[in-house]
Amino acid sequence: MWIYEKKLQYPVRVSKCDPRMARYLVEQYGGADGELSAALRYLNQRYTIPDKVIGLLTDIGTEEFAHLEMIATMIYKLTKDATPEQLEVAGLGANFVSHDGAMFYNNAAGVPWTASYIGTKGDPIADLYEDIAAEEKARATYQWLIDFTDDVDLQDSLRFLREREIIHSLRFKEAVEILKVDRDQKKVY
Amino acid sequence: MYDAQWRDYMPYVSPNDPCPPIRVKWYIVPPNQFITFQPMNLPQYSLEEALRRGTLWPALYSPYPSRRSAKGGKGNG
Repeated sequence: MWIYEKKLQYPVRVSKCDPRMARYLVEQYGGADGELSAALRYLNQRYTIPDKVIGLLTDIGTEEFAHLEMIATMIYKLTKDATPEQLEVAGLGANFVSHDGAMFYNNAAGVPWTASYIGTKGDPIADLYEDIAAEEKARATYQWLIDFTDDVDLQDSLRFLREREIIHSLRFKEAVEILKVDRDQKKVY
Repeated sequence: MYDAQWRDYMPYVSPNDPCPPIRVKWYIVPPNQFITFQPMNLPQYSLEEALRRGTLWPALYSPYPSRRSAKGGKGNG
């Protein structure tokens, strides 16, 4: 069960009319290392992971939905006042023909989201390393997005999201350490 | 001080390359790579500062300058 707070995790402000950027932000909406993939990956894996780290996957999976909401807000703000002609110039013509102004879960190249983006092997160590890799890949995607805009307000929100990936990656590494501990060898002082 | 998070390398440059070469390329190594398990009682940012930066922990903060116009993969700042 979730409790919804009707506000964003971090403010999203867009200070420049730039529907072109919306097209690239979609990578973090419905791409392989995007926020939807991340949320579903962790919230799915948590059922078959040792009890000690279930809470971590629940917490981070939930936060990923908060990030998804921020990305959606960015895309919406960048496209809501664009004419079909402007969308076409921005490279969003195919999206318009398919969905009008609505968003869809595909990556920046228009490839639809697929469940195979969610790595789940059922082996706790393998799954956590999948998660660490996913966080570092998402961090890199945010870097390339920051490189792709000169809108300082948009960059500010993207930098917040990038930093969260760094923290999540470390938390997953700590989860690996927790699972590595051999109870018989643990020193009790 | 955050410059310490950047690494550089010099890719091979051919005399036959069609474009002006970028001689030094940069990439970032965030601080999470040097911590296996976060120690207890590390210094913290104030809550407002932490919200702005995306982390409570100075030891885990990684700034990222836009490389929009940078050649070679590292922006200024």
